Amino acid sequence: MSLYRTELRRLAKRRFTRYMSLLGLLVLAAVVVGVFFTNQKIDAGQLARAERQADQQYQEQVRWSEQERAACEQAKAAGTSSDGRYPDDCSLITAPARDQIQAEWFLPSTFNFRQTFDETLIPFAAILALVGFVVGASFIGAEWSTGGMMNLLLWRPKRLTVLLTKLAALLTGILAVTLPAAVLWFAGFWAVAAFRGSTEKMTSGAWQSFALTGLRGVVLVLVVTTIGFALASLGRHTAMALGGVVALMVVGQFGLGILLSMASARFTEAWLLPTYVAAWMQKKITLQDWNSCNATYYGECKPDTLDITWQQSSVLLSVGLVVILGAALWAMRRRDIS
Amino acid sequence: MPAVLEIEGLRKTYTSRRRGTRNALDGFDMRVDAGQVHGFLGPNGSGKTTTLRTLLGLIRPDGGRMALLGHDVPGALPSVAGQVGAIVESPQFFPHFSARDTLSLLAGAGEVPATRVDEVLELVGLRDRAGERVKTYSLGMKQRLAVASALLKNPKLLILDEPANGLDPGGIREMRTLMRTLAESGMTVVLSSHILGEIQLICDSVTIISLGRRVAFGPVDEVLAQHSSGAVRVRLEAVSDLPVATDALTRAGIRVTGHPDHLMLAGVDKPATVTRLLAENNLYVSELAPVAVDLESVFLELTATAPVPGQHRQVDESMKVGGTGQPGATGGGWGA
Repeated sequence: MSLYRTELRRLAKRRFTRYMSLLGLLVLAAVVVGVFFTNQKIDAGQLARAERQADQQYQEQVRWSEQERAACEQAKAAGTSSDGRYPDDCSLITAPARDQIQAEWFLPSTFNFRQTFDETLIPFAAILALVGFVVGASFIGAEWSTGGMMNLLLWRPKRLTVLLTKLAALLTGILAVTLPAAVLWFAGFWAVAAFRGSTEKMTSGAWQSFALTGLRGVVLVLVVTTIGFALASLGRHTAMALGGVVALMVVGQFGLGILLSMASARFTEAWLLPTYVAAWMQKKITLQDWNSCNATYYGECKPDTLDITWQQSSVLLSVGLVVILGAALWAMRRRDIS
Repeated sequence: MPAVLEIEGLRKTYTSRRRGTRNALDGFDMRVDAGQVHGFLGPNGSGKTTTLRTLLGLIRPDGGRMALLGHDVPGALPSVAGQVGAIVESPQFFPHFSARDTLSLLAGAGEVPATRVDEVLELVGLRDRAGERVKTYSLGMKQRLAVASALLKNPKLLILDEPANGLDPGGIREMRTLMRTLAESGMTVVLSSHILGEIQLICDSVTIISLGRRVAFGPVDEVLAQHSSGAVRVRLEAVSDLPVATDALTRAGIRVTGHPDHLMLAGVDKPATVTRLLAENNLYVSELAPVAVDLESVFLELTATAPVPGQHRQVDESMKVGGTGQPGATGGGWGA
């Protein structure tokens, strides 16, 4: 327990931890403030004005289609309609239905908590996962590269206990930042919705759904933090984790994406990690193969689809976590320390 | 006297696909009795630091037995670690923490009372600079901090690898006094150093390692006596008599090396035989002085690492126990 408390103290004392956490929180605050100032509360006057603008738009469309239809018939009569500008049947030129032009298009941006809050949890988790990754990598990487780990092992010669205690302290620290940040994130966007949008239709089911998405976000932060920690411990340097991720993203993701596109492979996104991260947060992602065509009764062409679910993502995250952390623990146990 | 540190037949082999196999420790033995200041000597690359790292559980041995304070290690290391303070090789600390933070965190991890931090800072002379970041420290100050970290536990056994490295002359003297004081208080100190004059001054016993094997051990006086060559310096009243004296002494089986104004004799058991022999030849001695051997010369002789004019000795070129004793003759490097 003393080692755990000491490692918590060490984590909190590190300037890098403090600065990165502060930077992450400032970015999150900037997002909330940005959303606040780019949204407006909609009143009845604005709604009426938007309806009028939609009507106006509809009338313009009607006028324009009538002019075009008349021009089409004239061209047909003059025998100059074969240049492809007009269809063979001029009656096909019609104005859109009134209900196809929505008043919402003419409204300023407004923040609807029920419709939009779910999406904000993705950048929340992504920013804190990034902070967790670099803080985790630096926490153990700097210990290895400055000889601090060797000093510590002279005091506490149980290697796995030391490594896992450090990890536990790190996750506690990250959780101590993430959980209050999550509460503030909910509160911040609730305030944005209250002052610059709408908080209507928030049922208990909607709250439950947001809470579960938030929970998955917190789990993602912890998993990514652990992977950063384990990679840096494996390479005994912070740069190992950062370099590993750059290599994975550049070679493993962009390179693979280009290669699969060139090979005209189906559902190339299914091979890319961000797809699984998005599926984890959104519960499901549907990929579409636009090279395929499935005809419907109405003559439409529907592409093939592939669903990536959060359960599949959880398997991938778990396997990645077990393999990387397992390798770090194995290396800690087996390798000489010099 | 009970042994606080015992090593028997310790082996550590490094294998490299490119460079082959190197025996860093090749059946090394060592014993340190309680309450001693023990010098652990060896040339660069001889296996000193590997021995200490292996003993402290940082390196996995390939064979042999080790015990600290009567407990076999590395198995019992967690139970004895609290009684063993150590610094291995150059001092390494997180550069952005102050000395006080560094020691405080170590004290926390080792469940040592926080008051001990100030005690050791005072002891090593860092009290007034304890709040500064370690990255601003000189090598000597980092060395003091390293010694402070080792003393933090108030250990029964203190292992210091090159503790005088980077210290100023005053610091070296303070370190010497500290070692003696600690030993007098009952602490056993193992000291690895290349400053052999210091070792000779403060150590009760020594172990000398070369190419991963022990080449000498025991109380300092005994080691010096064992390797004393019985050298005697002789001056005569008349320098012109030196050739005659050389003949007479050589005939008597004494090895003689001539110098312009004196002779150096080797293999002399009793200096009185020299005066008698020379007097019988009507040669009269003006000076007859046994030449005392020091630890440095014993070290250089045992490890075959004395510099040879015109040659550049490489690391790992030293004596192999039971070998030819010629520098470079046994290799011992990668692929040996």
